[in-house]
Amino acid sequence: MFAAAAICILVVMALALARAFLGPTVCDRILAVNMFGTKTVLLIAVYGFLTGRPDFLDIAITYALINFIGVIAVLKFVEGIADSEQQPRPDEF
Amino acid sequence: MLLTFLVATALAVVRLRSLFAVVMLSGIYSLVTAGIFIALDAVDVAFTEAAVGAGIATMLMLGTLRLTGHRQVAPRHSPLLPLLVVTITGGVLLWGTRDMPRFGDPAAPVHHHVAPRYIEDSPTEVGVPNMVTSVLASYRGFDTLGETVVVFTAGVGVLALLGIGGRRRRDEGAEDTDDDGGTRPG
Repeated sequence: MFAAAAICILVVMALALARAFLGPTVCDRILAVNMFGTKTVLLIAVYGFLTGRPDFLDIAITYALINFIGVIAVLKFVEGIADSEQQPRPDEF
Repeated sequence: MLLTFLVATALAVVRLRSLFAVVMLSGIYSLVTAGIFIALDAVDVAFTEAAVGAGIATMLMLGTLRLTGHRQVAPRHSPLLPLLVVTITGGVLLWGTRDMPRFGDPAAPVHHHVAPRYIEDSPTEVGVPNMVTSVLASYRGFDTLGETVVVFTAGVGVLALLGIGGRRRRDEGAEDTDDDGGTRPG
């Protein structure tokens, strides 16, 4: 059961990765990174249960925090970049 | 599977010209590396990788992009010479690993020096469930303290430099630069 969940999460990670590679706009890539971080959190949690060590849950929680703060900081910076140019062109990043 | 992601991310980083996308992908690269470290049971290393690689490094890169520009100019010289150098270096490194014992070989010298003590005594001597943690935080505590001091000193130095630059710019009456990100209220 956990193995199936882990495989599904890996597939979703691959899809998010594809979006990060292809994604034409900056928003696509930011969302892909956010998605990838979330899937990393899930994968760590599932991996912990898969190997019989639920202690990994704490680590997964901290990863979620890092992911959250990181994405907010990235969005702040993107806002700054868009402001620093005269006309914001989000699809040109 | 994670290693496949790693290789694919590295190739995409090399191929892309949009520097913003490259910063995002390097964040993903760090997350994948952290996942691999967790699979190798090195939780602390994974933690550091996620915090520094995916968190701080991405922020610093984005700050740099704000100051410079986010589009990579086409290289003016042929990529052949760097490619040759990198290939030769990689070949020499691979050749150098031929002398090393096989991965996970129990007869390797590294498993006979201090590792048995760590493995057998660390639960009673330190009392931390994770062995890597006990090695990092207790057996090599002075190493870790030294690293922390070095990183702290570097951070203080960078802050001193950035602080001086920011004050001068503010004195010139330029627009709000907000270099240090996150201290802006609201």
